[in-house]
Amino acid sequence: MTVILDGISVRQRAETWLDDINLELSDGLTTLIGPMTAGKTTLMRVVAGLLTPDSGRVLVNGEDVTKISVRKRSVAFVYQQFINYPALTVYENIASPLRLDPRFRRDGLDRRVREVAELMGIAGLLDRRPSELSGGQQQRTAIARALARPVDVLLLDEPLANLDFKLREQLRADLKAMFAGSSGVVLYSTADPNEALTFAAPTVVLGEGRVQQVGDVAAMYAHPPTLAVAATLSDPPLNLLPGVVRDGRIEVLGTSFPAPRAHSTGRTVMLGIRPHQVTIERNGPGALELPAEIRLAEVTGSATFLHLLLQDGRHLVAHLPGTQLFTPGEPTVAHVDPAHVFVFDEAGGSGGRLLATSAAEVDLHG
Amino acid sequence: MTVAGSQVGGEVVATEAPAAPAEEEAPRAALKRKDNRAWWLVLPVVVSVAFTAVIPLMTVVNFSVQDVFSPVDRVFVGLEWFQTISRDPEVRAALVRTLLFSAQVLLLEIPLGVALAVVMPRRGVWVSVALVLVALPLLIPWNVVGTIWQIFARGDIGLGGWTVNNVLGINFNYTLDSTDAWITVLVMDVWHWTPLVALLAYAGLRSIPEPYFQAAQIDAASAWATFRHIQLPRLRGVLTIAILLRFMDSFMIYTEPFVVTGGGPGNATSFLSILLSKIAVGQFDVGPAAAFSLLYFLIVQVFCYVFFTVLTRSGR
Amino acid sequence: MADIRLEGVGHSYDGGRTWAVKPMTWTWRGSRAYALLGPSGCGKTTLLNIISGLITPTEGRVFFDDRDVTGVPTAGRNIAQVFQFPVLYEEMSVYDNLAFPLRNRKVPKQEVDRRVREVSRLLGLDQVLGRRSRRLDAGHQQIVSLGRGLVRSQVAAVLLDEPLTVVDPALKWTLRSKLKEIHRDTGHTLVYVTHDQTEALTFADEVVVLNEGAIVQAGEPSELFLSPAHEFVGHFIGSPGMNMLPAEIVGDVVRVGQEDVGTVKEPLPPGPVRIGVRPEFVRITPASGSPGVPARVTGIDRMGAYDLVHAAVGGHRVIAKTEAGCSYRPDAVEYLHFPADRTFLFRDQVRCGSLAPLDGRGPA
Repeated sequence: MTVILDGISVRQRAETWLDDINLELSDGLTTLIGPMTAGKTTLMRVVAGLLTPDSGRVLVNGEDVTKISVRKRSVAFVYQQFINYPALTVYENIASPLRLDPRFRRDGLDRRVREVAELMGIAGLLDRRPSELSGGQQQRTAIARALARPVDVLLLDEPLANLDFKLREQLRADLKAMFAGSSGVVLYSTADPNEALTFAAPTVVLGEGRVQQVGDVAAMYAHPPTLAVAATLSDPPLNLLPGVVRDGRIEVLGTSFPAPRAHSTGRTVMLGIRPHQVTIERNGPGALELPAEIRLAEVTGSATFLHLLLQDGRHLVAHLPGTQLFTPGEPTVAHVDPAHVFVFDEAGGSGGRLLATSAAEVDLHG
Repeated sequence: MTVAGSQVGGEVVATEAPAAPAEEEAPRAALKRKDNRAWWLVLPVVVSVAFTAVIPLMTVVNFSVQDVFSPVDRVFVGLEWFQTISRDPEVRAALVRTLLFSAQVLLLEIPLGVALAVVMPRRGVWVSVALVLVALPLLIPWNVVGTIWQIFARGDIGLGGWTVNNVLGINFNYTLDSTDAWITVLVMDVWHWTPLVALLAYAGLRSIPEPYFQAAQIDAASAWATFRHIQLPRLRGVLTIAILLRFMDSFMIYTEPFVVTGGGPGNATSFLSILLSKIAVGQFDVGPAAAFSLLYFLIVQVFCYVFFTVLTRSGR
Repeated sequence: MADIRLEGVGHSYDGGRTWAVKPMTWTWRGSRAYALLGPSGCGKTTLLNIISGLITPTEGRVFFDDRDVTGVPTAGRNIAQVFQFPVLYEEMSVYDNLAFPLRNRKVPKQEVDRRVREVSRLLGLDQVLGRRSRRLDAGHQQIVSLGRGLVRSQVAAVLLDEPLTVVDPALKWTLRSKLKEIHRDTGHTLVYVTHDQTEALTFADEVVVLNEGAIVQAGEPSELFLSPAHEFVGHFIGSPGMNMLPAEIVGDVVRVGQEDVGTVKEPLPPGPVRIGVRPEFVRITPASGSPGVPARVTGIDRMGAYDLVHAAVGGHRVIAKTEAGCSYRPDAVEYLHFPADRTFLFRDQVRCGSLAPLDGRGPA
């Protein structure tokens, strides 16, 4: 089973929602990650056949289905809102898509419903109605209904976004195990980098209606090809500092470090630093030293989030392990190992491409 | 608290999943379908509208440009009837009268209806009682309403008329005094139709989420400020509909004044519709009546368009 | 800034058959930032609405300092509250929205202007002050709602009911730290309701954990993280939550499966017990060094900044949080170590003791 998106564009009045999307999805899970307005839902609707693109084709197993009605395609869709038939029991909700399918007659249907309910951990709730369930149980029911009938394409649009943090954590793990054994194409959209990293599946980063990058999520996390990818995969958010190349070094806030590659003097670059790479103790001989004022220390027990005000008025967040105590208002020095600094070309905007991490001379774009 | 919604949208667009509520990224407007077969479903409506509205309207248009002496003798007169009708002082007076009546109806019924909706209980056992009581006048046939008020307002045997004359000591007789007749018709319409406005407004008010009222309490907003800044803005949609309905209806009012006053005394309550029927049915002047009908129709359309545009524009 | 005291306060929506908030006595001390943390349906919002007066409790009395406000309506309590979804006066400008609670209280015009501008500067709303509020996107609408909650200088408390639900994840971090800075500058008493432990732990001076209508534990974030008094707190705080493993006390030795993992710090009756240890403190070593518990690695999540090693001890799942780039292999057998000072014993969900080092001793 393959789904190929060939030059898909969707425009709405003057706005471009999707811009020339080319993707190939194969059996198993693919994660689609991007910020709120990236166009994830639009893309999923195109794949489902709920929305006809202004240009481009959708191919399923090589066959052009762009203009084929959603009813005639073998797809299932799970929404962010928990959508169930309120008047039906959980059992009937799960059974509803099977009722019209000749493959599930009599005991075949019953067996399938119980099997899926077991898988989603709601086997004990089959007689209840949706209104008698918690949010997490309602969403499990909705997902179970989507899974019940084997489909070619299963689409899940931020299915965990409306759930409690802890339920999200738990369902995330359960879903990972479930998708491992699923046949057919599964496309799962999310805005949460932790979900994408947990699934560790082939990942599509979507931003401003364009595919930013496709690849292995851990590799993209380690070497984000663009600023947009780095920002999308960072939680807490990526720290950004502008720098200038001068005589083979990159200058930032009065300090400098060797430029990873030869660049012409005067070129401006944007430095991306993940919060957990910022320390207060020196962390290496060549560490960047950034004087700062402590604005706020958030101590959670497992970690301390230190909010720093740099000399140029920019903010820098440090994610430190364990409990560390600081006094707001006091001066300090933040240290960053240049090996963990991402250097992007173009200052500003999210289009910056990774020139290199200082550590490894990665050049993903020739 | 999370919003654990479990409602299912009406239609089933997708696969086995019930319909989704509109999503922010792709509103329904963006659902472009290539499948045009659905237009066939409109056919029965087109056919029935053609028979009930378009064809009769065309016959009216046909008559409006002819002088009909007998079914076989007709003369094409062009726009003559339109000129006659639009210059007729009686028609003009009726137009002013009707507009005045509609304006008064709107000014009375809209605020009254909203006020009624605001004071109706939001929850509890009294909700259904209040709804039934308010809706009662709407269930009465129009000519019966006319009859009820014709009797009710009489000074000799009607409870209302008698009370005004003998308890309040005001000389009131709608069959002789034109002001009294006007007031009677107006009060009757308010009694009959304010409940419609109230029910519409009540439905609008019920749809306002509770946190809005809680926020108003926290912000120490007075009852008036709560109404002005929370309830009224969110009633815009239903009030637009209420104003359109009440305008159209009152502008075309016929049955009730016909029953109560018959358009009198003199011409005091002779609204356009009553005059029209006098010309069309009473005098059998088919040509002028047809021209009159078309003008009448046009005026209603223009006013509705203006109301609708103004009310929806101001909301943005 | 008043202390807010709840005395025997409880609330039932069905005439006392079930309690949304079980009768409790609790004091919110002035000028502190509280997080009220719990799963949905635990009674957080009900409790918040009791404080603000939107709900009159079925039982008990509410005091602001020494003033009994139980029957006092919301407007008389001097409370600000922000809701989960944007609640705006839609036809008003952003400026008028922010000014509304002040104007209603007859604050002089100049003071209104000063406060509105200060709050809009803090929240970054300067650019949109003249705009009609309903034209903003949901995230900014919520920031305006937040601003209306913060605009009054003299309030007994500001109550926030999951205020960042509709805000973009990246903006969430910024707003939360800003909120905290505002709190430090103004000294308002803040009560922040959330189901998100990260939000609660980063925001609050003191976290109050609520479950099934009752306070399970309250304390500083690091205290709740490092020494949970209840299994629920262990589970609900921390991501992933605390590992819980069945164990047994034999004499004064605590045993998991066949392995001794430590002794009891204070004497406890023998019998089954559950040990709890956070993923952050589980150590993995390849060789069997006492006191290690053999575990089969079942999977590894590479989370970028760290790795999560999933393992099975008997039939029970244990997670260890390690540095990024660990090299454990699925199905390999590794040995888990539970540091004595970070491992606790639970019976009937409640903490009953803690672990002490084994010091080479076997069972008595």
